[in-house]
Amino acid sequence: MSLHPEVIRLLIFLVGIIAFAALNAAYLVWLERKEAGHIQRRIGPKEVGPFGLLQPLADGIKLMTKQLIVPAGVDPILFKIAPILVMVPAIMSFVTIPYGENLVARNIDIGLLMIFAFASVNVLGLLLGAWGSRNKYAVISAARVVSQNVAYEIPMLITVVTLVMITGTMNLHEIVMQQQGGFWNWNILNLAASPLMPVAFLIFFVCMLAETNRAPFDMAEAESELIAGAFTEYPGMGFGVFFMGEYANIVIGASVATILFLGGWQCPFGLFPGVHWFLLKMYFLIFTVIWIRWTYPRTTFYSLLNLSWKILIPISFFNLILTSAMIKVF
Amino acid sequence: MIDYLKEIISGTWSLFVGLGITIKYFFQPVVTVQYPRQTLPMTPRFRGHIELVRDEETGGTKCVVCGMCQKACPSGCITVEGEKKEGGKGKVLSEYTLDFTKCSLCGLCVESCNFGAITFSKDYNLAGLRKEAYVFDLKKRLEEKK
Repeated sequence: MSLHPEVIRLLIFLVGIIAFAALNAAYLVWLERKEAGHIQRRIGPKEVGPFGLLQPLADGIKLMTKQLIVPAGVDPILFKIAPILVMVPAIMSFVTIPYGENLVARNIDIGLLMIFAFASVNVLGLLLGAWGSRNKYAVISAARVVSQNVAYEIPMLITVVTLVMITGTMNLHEIVMQQQGGFWNWNILNLAASPLMPVAFLIFFVCMLAETNRAPFDMAEAESELIAGAFTEYPGMGFGVFFMGEYANIVIGASVATILFLGGWQCPFGLFPGVHWFLLKMYFLIFTVIWIRWTYPRTTFYSLLNLSWKILIPISFFNLILTSAMIKVF
Repeated sequence: MIDYLKEIISGTWSLFVGLGITIKYFFQPVVTVQYPRQTLPMTPRFRGHIELVRDEETGGTKCVVCGMCQKACPSGCITVEGEKKEGGKGKVLSEYTLDFTKCSLCGLCVESCNFGAITFSKDYNLAGLRKEAYVFDLKKRLEEKK
């Protein structure tokens, strides 16, 4: 019996994607702690391995040795399925992200739509986990997550629609190919299509922070108010999987921002395009996400919603109208 | 409308200023002292428990066993014993004991000494398992310090 080469290819990509997601989740925690340390002029993890590089391994082993307690009164199915519901969509979204010219598991024509469809399942996972835990903190957290995600999905999608109007395709590979050349061809500087493109990038980035529940929008697990929010009742690896899902979502967000606005794997000077440029841009965005977390305090819930409904949505709408007018006129 | 836009722009600018401050700190050297492996030099006026001062001429102690420190101590934690020196005048220190369990580091003993024979040490690593470990034989300490 011989396997079809396509099956082998898919298997390799599946293993690769899961490994990439897990490795990133582990080492982004390390990066987060190290960066937080240096911003506060501390050292950060350093004891386990050189530069503390084995710290994620130690954390993982610690989480795995913990007993998986299912508290009395929880919904047994929802409680167990929720971490998976957060993790699986994140991994699914990796399928269509092109990391290099040929480095993509499946080049789907509506890849962009697929990523946003799966990204919203993440919220459902958090909601079900919180509801199933039978915990007041978790339920408050779930209510916050849902209203926050509803509010921020709108400006994000309007910005994406603006972008799709400019590029004329939802195929991520083609979107990157259109940004060939130098950094002046990237969508973030595509001022001929709309003079507000840098602002659109900013809106997209802010919405990405809110969608992934990162500080300063981490209302979902506001430690000082809600213990750990939706994760309050989760022990050991249940919590670990949630956490990995969160970090995988950050990687997805940074990857999509890189593809849509920063030219994907294209080099800023038109030389040697390749996967290294993609990773460089992606990790710079992730660095910025962490940098933001250790700079700003958490917002209040009302100012969070005000920012979306009063500022981001009007501006992104204005940008949409401006772009369509520019497309029509020129 | 103008105010609305002004507020957004100034608000966004203030966020970037904030990011600028934290990234500046990010690239500055760390200030952590990793205590058991690194230590800071103690400040000159640090008050540890007392210790005897070495007389540079004789190599022994400066103490003449006058007993002023023993009298000055409000907690009675100093015990000074001396022996009559053979063929000379005055006494020689034979025992100087500090019961650190009672000492409150007031420093009256150091002040009362007319010969500058005692001073504050810089010793702060004083963890121990038994009460007896805190009765210091300062004469022995001075001899061991050589």
